[in-house]
Amino acid sequence: MHGRTLAGIARALRAREFSSEELVSHLLARIERLDGELNSFVTVTGEAAVAAARAADRQLAGGSAPPLAGVPIAHKDIFCTAGVKTTCGSRMLDNFISPYDATVVERLRDAGVIMLGKTNMDEFAMGSSNETSYYGPVRNPWDLTRVPGGSSGGSAAAVAARLVPAATGTDTGGSIRQPAALAGITGIKPTYGRVSRYGMIAFASSLDQAGVLTQTAEDAALLLTAMSGHDPRDSTSVNAPVPDYAAGLGESLEGLKIGVVEEFMDQGLDADNAAAIEAALKVFEALGATVQRISLPNIGLSVPTYYVVAPAECSSNLSRFDGVRFGYRAKAPRDLEDLYKRSRGEGFGAEVKRRIMTGTYVLSAGYYDAYYLKAQRSRQLIAADFRRAFETVDVIVGPTSPTPAFELGAKVDDPVTMYLNDIYTIGVNLAGLPGLSAPCGFINGLPVGLQIVGRAFDEGRILNVAHRYQQETDWHARAPGGAFA
Amino acid sequence: MKLSRHEVESIAHLARLEISADEIPAYVDNLSRIIDFVQQLERADTEGVTPMAHPLNMTQPLREDAVTEADQRELYQRNAGAVEAGLYLVPRVIE
Repeated sequence: MHGRTLAGIARALRAREFSSEELVSHLLARIERLDGELNSFVTVTGEAAVAAARAADRQLAGGSAPPLAGVPIAHKDIFCTAGVKTTCGSRMLDNFISPYDATVVERLRDAGVIMLGKTNMDEFAMGSSNETSYYGPVRNPWDLTRVPGGSSGGSAAAVAARLVPAATGTDTGGSIRQPAALAGITGIKPTYGRVSRYGMIAFASSLDQAGVLTQTAEDAALLLTAMSGHDPRDSTSVNAPVPDYAAGLGESLEGLKIGVVEEFMDQGLDADNAAAIEAALKVFEALGATVQRISLPNIGLSVPTYYVVAPAECSSNLSRFDGVRFGYRAKAPRDLEDLYKRSRGEGFGAEVKRRIMTGTYVLSAGYYDAYYLKAQRSRQLIAADFRRAFETVDVIVGPTSPTPAFELGAKVDDPVTMYLNDIYTIGVNLAGLPGLSAPCGFINGLPVGLQIVGRAFDEGRILNVAHRYQQETDWHARAPGGAFA
Repeated sequence: MKLSRHEVESIAHLARLEISADEIPAYVDNLSRIIDFVQQLERADTEGVTPMAHPLNMTQPLREDAVTEADQRELYQRNAGAVEAGLYLVPRVIE
């Protein structure tokens, strides 16, 4: 049962091939047996999941079931879940029981989806390897000595190991696409504003966007249709109709214009990684697409731009953690300032503190123009490059990550080296565009991802491009063997 | 650019973060590297470019100024470390 896609599970449940309760119990047993080593879950909500599965089975028997009735997934522990611990991977929220549900959680539940638990993540989504979590690192099921990527590393590892068919994630600079690439699965970050951020713990509010990690583009389309759309509780959520993404799959790629970014392919891309991308482009050409080189002249500015904008927003967002209203509170404070400083100093980990301090510095008097305004100007240049490119091409295709999964501990000593993991993904967030990563090969037994970027609100197209690719190839169907088989 | 120990201490104070004396050197080193790295932005020609305010250049919507949320003080205060009579407790601030 556990090898099936989410779409396959939905079909099997409707055909009464197995019950939701049987499936949920099977997956809970796998989590129990295999997750000790992976560490992909922070919280498993087994009892509630079994109860929800029984209710779904009754709905399925009665013929009144919503589209994804009885389908189990996991939520990244950044999404608030009423009555369930919501930690954001931080000691700061180790004691936080959310009083309400995130809109994403609510909408997926309304569509019939069952939550199996909350997945591990880099603390406050700040990291590219899932090593900054208060709950310890997540391991990559393809090689347990390696990272699964981050910050949605728990979601990626759990889906890759087939502990759950799909999981939610969030992506501020690559946090869905990079772990999807490193774990050999599919992950989509929608357009900024497509999915509500209500109840999604904020990191950098002009960049954060919720999405999903799945085995296939079809599975991503099913979940994205259910979770997208306007939400009056998020003022940045866009009031535009949501297409049925799954219904749009299978369209021909005849005449599709694909752009390949020369700055990505020519500068320092590993030869094996480049070969995997070139092979994927051949598949698209055989399907009738045309490929042309394009230039994003300012894309080289995206990582430094991001590491001004994101820390600035994080220093502001994380000022809400004061030890008073919720979260960690320091013991025996001398005075109010001591309460603030020690609650924050003891509650946050090193990477979060680095980012808060970077943000505080770039926003401080005398530096604001030189760093923050400068970065918001160069962000405009990066977004304009993408807009120009999309006047001549329909999608942009290239690498997701510069390397396959690296070893645990390999990059923890130098934050800047770690930040460069997101060199291909960060520009997409700065421009607010939708991006997807799909598996396109292996290097030394480790998965490699293909990134597909689209125009704003063109999720349907990038999902279809990935879906047609997955109909022609089987990289997405490969799963880690050994204990995880 | 190398930040000084004093600068890092003052940033930590502005951010209301307690950083112990023996942790400071690591932050001096890391933050200096990060600031060095983002200084690459100096070479970007941004003359006459408007700073971005929204990734898709959209404006914020307005809504009626009406109460839409129910009072859930008790539920919300369950997450607080110290509460009395419906109030959040902090160390004394007025002598």
